[in-house]
Order: sequence, then C-alpha cells, then structure tokens
Amino acid sequence: MGAVRPQTLSFTEPLRFRSGAVLNSYDLVYETYGTLNAARSNAVLACHALNAAHHVAGYYADDPENLGWWDNMIGPGKPVDTDKFFVVGVNNVGGCFGSTGPKSVDPRSGKRYGSSFPVVTVEDWVNAQARLADRLGIASFAAVMGGSLGAMQALQWTISYPDRIRNAIVVAAAPKLSAQNIAFNEVARQAITTDPDFHGGDYYEHGVVPRRGLRLARMIGHITYLSDDAMMEKFGRALRGDSIQFHFDVDFEIESYLRHQGDKFSEYFDANTYLLITRALDYFDPAAAHDNDLSSALAAARARFLVVSFTSDWRFAPSRAREIVKALLDNRRDVSYAEIDAPHGHDAFLLDDARYHALVRAYFDGVFERL
Amino acid sequence: MTGQEEGALSGRSDFQAIAAWVRPDSTVLDLGCGDGLLLKYLKQTRNARGYGIDIADANVLACVKNGANVIQSDLERGLAGFDAGSFDCVILSQTLQAVRHTEQILLEMLRVGREAIVSFPNFGRWDLRLQIALGRMPVSAELPYEWYNTPNVHLFTIADFESFCSGHGIRILERVALNRGRPVRTLANFFGSLAVYRFEKRR
Repeated sequence: MGAVRPQTLSFTEPLRFRSGAVLNSYDLVYETYGTLNAARSNAVLACHALNAAHHVAGYYADDPENLGWWDNMIGPGKPVDTDKFFVVGVNNVGGCFGSTGPKSVDPRSGKRYGSSFPVVTVEDWVNAQARLADRLGIASFAAVMGGSLGAMQALQWTISYPDRIRNAIVVAAAPKLSAQNIAFNEVARQAITTDPDFHGGDYYEHGVVPRRGLRLARMIGHITYLSDDAMMEKFGRALRGDSIQFHFDVDFEIESYLRHQGDKFSEYFDANTYLLITRALDYFDPAAAHDNDLSSALAAARARFLVVSFTSDWRFAPSRAREIVKALLDNRRDVSYAEIDAPHGHDAFLLDDARYHALVRAYFDGVFERL
Repeated sequence: MTGQEEGALSGRSDFQAIAAWVRPDSTVLDLGCGDGLLLKYLKQTRNARGYGIDIADANVLACVKNGANVIQSDLERGLAGFDAGSFDCVILSQTLQAVRHTEQILLEMLRVGREAIVSFPNFGRWDLRLQIALGRMPVSAELPYEWYNTPNVHLFTIADFESFCSGHGIRILERVALNRGRPVRTLANFFGSLAVYRFEKRR
C-alpha cells in the first residue's frame, strides 16, 4: 500500500445514541486507500473489531513497522484491490486512536469524558460511519466488510442503511453473543473496573492507568481468539527455562506470551474504550427488536452477502454464521457462505489463508463487475 | 471431481432438460452444485433464484467466480438448515451416484422442495452391460472412471431408480432419458446414458 496518513473530520451535528445520550460534536479519524471513481461507486468500508482502528492498510512514513491490521487483505493487487476500490477505514466513536472517545476532552466541562462517555452500540457506530460517508460524498458503499465485531457492523449496515450498501462481507461473525461470549467480556470488564487505578473510569484525573486490569482483559480475550490446537501447536508445554521452577512466576512459554501481549496492549489501549467495545458486542442483537427473529430483522436488507466462518473458531463458531445465512436464505437474499477449514481459531480472519483470500478476491471481482 | 464437472465433460446434456422443468421465477436449491454453472444457466434461462450447496473448497470458489450463490455444507449431513417446503425445486444433477446416504438425501430433497429433479448416469445402458458381460467394470463418457479411482459409490440403473421411487412414496412426474444429449424414445434403460427425473412426494 505504501505510506498512508490519517485524517480527521469534525462533526457538529449532534449524534444521538441508542441509549438516548447525545454527543453534540465529535471527531472521526479515518484513512483512505485508492481513489474514489467519478461515479463515486467504488467505495468500500472496512470496519474494525475490538482492538484495531482506522489504520487498515499501509504504514506510516515515520513508523514503517506499523502495518495496517488488514494489510494482507487490502492494497494494490490484494484481494480487495485498491487499484479498483476506494477503501475507507475509520476509528469508531468511543475509540482511543483519535476519534472522540472517553479519553477525549468534553468541551462542556473541559475535562476528559472518562466515565461520562455514553455507552455506544454497533448501531451508533454505523450511524457515525454513515455521516462520514456523507462528508466523503459516498452515497452508497460498494461493500462494507469486517471480521468479528467488524462483521457485526457490516450486518448492521444492511439493516440500518439498506440502500447505501450493495455488498456485505461478514467474516467470523455471530448475529449476537452467546452467554459464554458475554461471560468472557464480563471477566475482562471486571478485571478493569476492579483495578485500584480505575477510579470509576476517571483515572485520567489521577494521572494513572488501570494497567493491570487491561493486561488481564487482553490476556483472557487473547485466549478466546486462538484455538486450543493453534495454542498447543505454537507453544505446547514449552518452558522458558530448562525446567520448572516451583514458583508462580513464568515457567511456560504460553504464560510469557500472554503477559507480553497484555503488557503491550496496556500501553496503547484505553481501558474505558475496552469497556465500551465489549459492551457494544454484548448489546448487539438485531433480532431483539423483532421478537428474536433474525429473519425478520434482516427483511429490510437489500445487499448481497458473503459470509465466511472458520472451523476452529470457537468464539464465533460456524454454527453462529449459519444462523445469519439461514436468515438471509429465508429472505431470499443473494448469499454465499464458506466454511474455511483453518486451524487458527477466531484470529483466522486476520491471517493470510490462501482459500479465504482467494474467495474474497473472487467475490470482489464480482463486486467490481457490478459497479 | 464431482458429478457436475463430470457433466461438463459430457457436454452438460442434462442442463436443458432440467431447465425445461424449472418454472420461471421459481426458487431452486442445487445440491452438489459444483462450479455453479447450472444455477447460472437457470438464472439466465428461467430467471430462477437459486442457491447451490457444495462441500469442496474449490467448488465454492468456482461458484463465487461464476456469480452463483453457494452455501458450503456437507450434503451427507442432510439439509437441517433448510425449512420444509422452502424451495420450489431441489435439484441433484449427476451427483446421486456419488453420495453415500442416497435414501436420506432423496427424502430430504422432497422435504425441502415442493418437487425435485435428479439426473444420473444410467448404469443399465447396453454398452455398459456388455462390458460387464465381458468381465470388466464399465467405463463410459458419463462414467469415465476406473474401478479404483471412481468417486461413484452407488451405481444404479433407470429401472433401479424407478423401483426405489415406487417403494418410497415418490411419484415420478416426468422422465427423460438421453443418449449423447438426445432424447431416447424406446427402451430407455437400454439406450439411455443419462436419465433426468422430475418427481414429488406421493400425496
């Protein structure tokens, strides 16, 4: 992709959240790749999941190591070819990478939002994304795509703005979280909110960060992203040293790996954003407003769909993706569904799997033909 | 190689016969859809809204390349994700001989579809009978495999299929036997290389 640079747009039209809360003004940080064609018909929105943001592809001139989170998928000659498509990545509202979120300063109080930042939902994100599309002159997206929580946004787009999305690429997704999914999120949130440095979410005022909570949240999350097999394959029972040490510090490689992941994460991610995003996951349930009938929830959708799951994903298993497919079939939507036999677990959606990428490439060839 | 790729080798002579029986604007489910070209053909000729089912990664990719809807799924596990009577027509084109749970799949077709169409290579054709009589397992354009590499696990004749139907509450609505793509008028089980049936549940 080459060097890219993030941009910021400020919005002054109030954004009303599903909770009823209102954000009077806000910024969205975004990046774009490729060129919007004259007909403005080739725009693709790539939605981020839990810990990523607007930096989807390419690198920064002053930070060449910092590759976008979907750089293997999006770029010149890649499955989503930026020589053909104009791809947009945006940091969602409530995020911590430049878009207005809990660590931003509330213009009303002059203090950081912290605990007063509204609980945000997938619907709210999609509404904010639509405003960004307005400002970029994109009446309708050729495609909205995402994995995991990003896929939920793509799905929500087909419901909230059926006339503004022509294709939805829904990868490693579920139509709502299971009790087990929510349980894992709750453990992560408890780790953060019970950290003595959390201060009810207003830790900025105290000049501290609930680092220990964030580390634990990341560690538990990370376990759910990998499959048992992938973890065993990568780490097995390998030891850091020559033998077990009869202590509670690091003995096994997997412990060291999780601690490293937790440490890294706690340095760059905002704890309040983590709470918000896990809650957005919990609350996502488009069927809820339709007597828990997903088919009825998706009746408004007009897009074509590509749904992809991975066999070893136990967080959002293939059976969850098939619920989405079933609802689309009930509505006679155009849908293709692939179940990729990949060993990596939930994280497979971010990895370079030849079958997965060939499929997305073929699908986008079709999107391009229909532009 | 699946049934439909095999069909490509024999000129996909069943496509036209199948399309003739698919009503305009109807919904079709194509089991073992291969590369999706039958679905594409039915969309072009009958404006059918179709979905294919296939288990093979290569076929799912081919369907997406051909612009056909495909659901990656294992036919042998039945059609659990599909509601009863949810399709106008369920098609099994040159695949029946390659499935293990033949009986279950035929009954599933009639649960999900209001009617069903199957095509299969006729093992009762005279030249195949002759090869057997001469002591060798038969090889033909429709059955191009040797005994040791064939994906076909159930070899059967037009007479076998009709006997199956009468024993399983299946009413045959129409039948066409083809020989090199042309309809066979008499002694279908002797001269037909490919058989195509439209059938429904006996009420």
